[in-house]
Amino acid sequence: MSILTKDEAQALLKKVLSYSKADECEVNLTGNDSANIRYARNSVSTSAKVSSSQLVVSSAYGKKLGVATINEFDDASLEKVVRRSEELAQLAPENPEYVLFLGPQNYAGSATYVPATAAITPRLRSDLVAASLQVARDAKAVAAGFLEDNTGYSAMANSKGLFAYNTSTNTNFSITVRTEDGRGSGYATRGYNDVTKLDTRKATQIATDKALKSAEAKAIEPGKYTVILEPAAVAVLLERIFFGLDARQADEGRSFLSKAGGTTRLGEKMVDERVNIYSDPLHPELPTSTWSGDGRPQEKVSWIEKGVIKNFSYSRYWAEKKGVKAVPGPDGAIMEGGTKSLEELIAGTKKGVLVTRLWYIRDVDPQSLLLTGLTRDGTFYIENGKIQYPIKNFRFNESPIIMLNNLEELGKVERTVSVESNVNYLLPPIKVRDFTFSSLSDAV
Amino acid sequence: MKRRDFIHLAGMGSGAMALPFSAFAHEVEIGQLLTPLLDTSQKKQLADIALNTAKSLGASYTDVRIGRYLNQFVTTREKKVQGVTNTESFGVGIRVIANGTWGFAASNSVTPDGIKKTTERAVAIAKANSKFQREPVKLAGTPSYGEVSWKTPIVKNGFEVPVKEKIELLLNANAKAMENGASFVNSLIFLVNEQKYFASSEGSYIDQDVHRTWPNFQVNVVDRQSGQFKTRSAFSAPVGMGYEYLDGKAGDKIKAPGDIILYNKSYDIVEDAAMAAQQAKQFIAGKSVEPGKYDLVLEPSHLWLTIHESVGHPTELDRVLGYEANYAGTSFLTMDKWQSKNFKFGSDIVNFVADKTQPGSLGSVGYDDEGVKCKSWELIKDGVLVNYQAIRDQIGMLGQKESHGCCYSQSWSDVQFQRMANVSLQAGKKSLTPEQLISNVEKGIYIVKDGSFSIDQQRYNFQFGGVLFFEIKNGKIAGMLKDVAYQANTQEFWNSCTEICDERDYRLSGAFNDGKGQPSQSNAVSHGSATARFNGVNVINTGRTIL
Repeated sequence: MSILTKDEAQALLKKVLSYSKADECEVNLTGNDSANIRYARNSVSTSAKVSSSQLVVSSAYGKKLGVATINEFDDASLEKVVRRSEELAQLAPENPEYVLFLGPQNYAGSATYVPATAAITPRLRSDLVAASLQVARDAKAVAAGFLEDNTGYSAMANSKGLFAYNTSTNTNFSITVRTEDGRGSGYATRGYNDVTKLDTRKATQIATDKALKSAEAKAIEPGKYTVILEPAAVAVLLERIFFGLDARQADEGRSFLSKAGGTTRLGEKMVDERVNIYSDPLHPELPTSTWSGDGRPQEKVSWIEKGVIKNFSYSRYWAEKKGVKAVPGPDGAIMEGGTKSLEELIAGTKKGVLVTRLWYIRDVDPQSLLLTGLTRDGTFYIENGKIQYPIKNFRFNESPIIMLNNLEELGKVERTVSVESNVNYLLPPIKVRDFTFSSLSDAV
Repeated sequence: MKRRDFIHLAGMGSGAMALPFSAFAHEVEIGQLLTPLLDTSQKKQLADIALNTAKSLGASYTDVRIGRYLNQFVTTREKKVQGVTNTESFGVGIRVIANGTWGFAASNSVTPDGIKKTTERAVAIAKANSKFQREPVKLAGTPSYGEVSWKTPIVKNGFEVPVKEKIELLLNANAKAMENGASFVNSLIFLVNEQKYFASSEGSYIDQDVHRTWPNFQVNVVDRQSGQFKTRSAFSAPVGMGYEYLDGKAGDKIKAPGDIILYNKSYDIVEDAAMAAQQAKQFIAGKSVEPGKYDLVLEPSHLWLTIHESVGHPTELDRVLGYEANYAGTSFLTMDKWQSKNFKFGSDIVNFVADKTQPGSLGSVGYDDEGVKCKSWELIKDGVLVNYQAIRDQIGMLGQKESHGCCYSQSWSDVQFQRMANVSLQAGKKSLTPEQLISNVEKGIYIVKDGSFSIDQQRYNFQFGGVLFFEIKNGKIAGMLKDVAYQANTQEFWNSCTEICDERDYRLSGAFNDGKGQPSQSNAVSHGSATARFNGVNVINTGRTIL
């Protein structure tokens, strides 16, 4: 089965629901066509094309839920998967946290599907990779990169009359260029719904420039520095906040959003007042689905406004228990920025460090959201508004909450990709003071 | 990575436990899981269609993997069952060499027609990519094994144990944790069964049945008044065993320094949950560490992760060569260091062996995913780098003729590539117990169980936390510490290893979900060691206040 249209998906889901004998039944359907090319040492190493479809049926008797899935779509298989989910529901223990399925919802139309990406040809993929390889070869440098594109749809329906459908496309590209002697390394990453926006040549040129310029790195002392983080570096730090907005964790006292005395930080100013973070499924530069996996509408939500924690995300169970609106967690996030380019941020910096990318980010202490990780693929010393020389990589230990309290300046927002989660965001480069580098690394 | 998969299971922060699902896994009922879908003669017939099709299209080499991958997760929190999930993924992956270039395609249509089409696609991809190829792929030879089979030597198949029994065990453990002062507890049992059939154009037809088991929990203690919270994760290990790992035999319990109980080849989850709550309370009240140099005494349930990151990964030849440069990174163990035959990776007592056959380990199989019979080999001998981990298309670059047999794919739908074998620190040769080792340490920290971890992309600079930290003063345990992490350079660290306990203290631990590759794939791998001492390591204090 390839990508189904809205009408085809609705007809299939109606048929599945017609087999149901349970108190409630809900059906989720997804399908994907994806392809990738991976290269290293200036040659293609692997390449694959994979198609898949999946149907998930959830049946409930009272508070007993059974879930079964299938990837065959003939009538007999569809009826079989419904029966199987009902049998599992009868065997399951009651879940006191079970919440009845949602009724019909209103969803805005989404802009996640771009026909040009869905129509990508093997030739275009190969041209995009060839363009990238050419830049590295011309510079006598060594490229390792990854290009992937995905076209997919998802649909859901339930016995209460809810129906939702979305189709989306995406392409992610990342490139590491190293000098032949291995002493310099540079990186760039791009993500778009629309493949025509992807310029692999330009991204590879940036990575190549960074590789060539980073080759004679000097060691400077670890310590607290004013730091300019490019958006790819900002993404891996801030997404730990985005992933940690769950109300229940905070209410239970086991989150950086919990507080002494048994309360939470909801409604409190926690970071610099220039920090505004929200999610918006209709943002033209970062469109996402207008509904979440359990059928809740995804709407524009402000998470941090003028430094104040404005909203938590809720499971439907926890929202019902707390008597609040069940706001789903963000699907991609947007941080408001300023008007300055990266170059202008550098020009306004007396002494500081420019960070291209951060790597191997891990929680050290969930209480303070202290994270550790390292700089990578282009770290430079700035003095008197100019990049002076490349420096050796650092390990950092820093909390993004503390970092956002030490904010100096925000640059112009751009779309970027987290190397840790692969999620796309709209983020500015940011300049912060007193960023804690705790040791040196010999890695290039 | 997505090493996120790995952290979700192994690091597990303080949040709810996240479960890894392979992209094509779907849920099925248990009865169906126990019936094979196809017998080996049917699989052979299907595989031969791929082998013949690829040959007729000009492929010089083909391998076919028909795989059925089963998982079961039972997840609970406090008194509630959160989920019972069975997933199954069935399909075929076909890899060919045409025009000297790899091509791979996969499909869940395991029919003669589906296999033929998938093979055609794999050959077409190889031919299309050959225009980028600079050097043709050269495969090291491997014997043709004919029709052979291998099974994990399990005593009890976890998939046959009633779900009710697993739920009762987990809820019992949760109750013990709560009785002993836990604020919250999440627990799970995670079972894996890979039913893998491999066939190659070189005449091997290999049928394997691989089992892995992992019970785990997180106990949280929250002090609402001060706003502090701490987590104590289970002292279990993920294992290449059946459900017998949960028998918790008395002979497998170890009384360790600090009045704690550790486990060897079987695990008592109920007892450990009770201990976990008590220890998490002590942990909250622990003394915040004074940063500085300490002699570290690292217990095997902790040291495995340091071995994994600082020894396992840098000795992977594909990383050394640059194939992972865009993602997992390269390696400081460059070929010149190996060629010199005198690169001092560690002190004289440091010996590392890579092994794909060790009983009970996660990496143990009969044959790897490109039809090579598995074995063990030395990586570091008397502190010196002597070899890497390499597979058929790269081993020739070392001037070696035989693959190490460490090629793996997480699923039929992903292409196989070099993955880490079990890499283990060999036990010390002189008689030494952890108690004797600690009695000689003046100023040190005894660290139990893996915690936070991070290392650079060439594996020089690392930082590790842990779960429990005990201060050692003048040869004696002097109470619990908190806010501890150590930072070191790999080579300096392993050269500071001055003592390793003997064989009696040797145990395995490991990870279900080590991430590598783009798109990222998971690999399960174990690492063994005995308790070891490292002198003068830099310890930092990780305590911070955010308001």
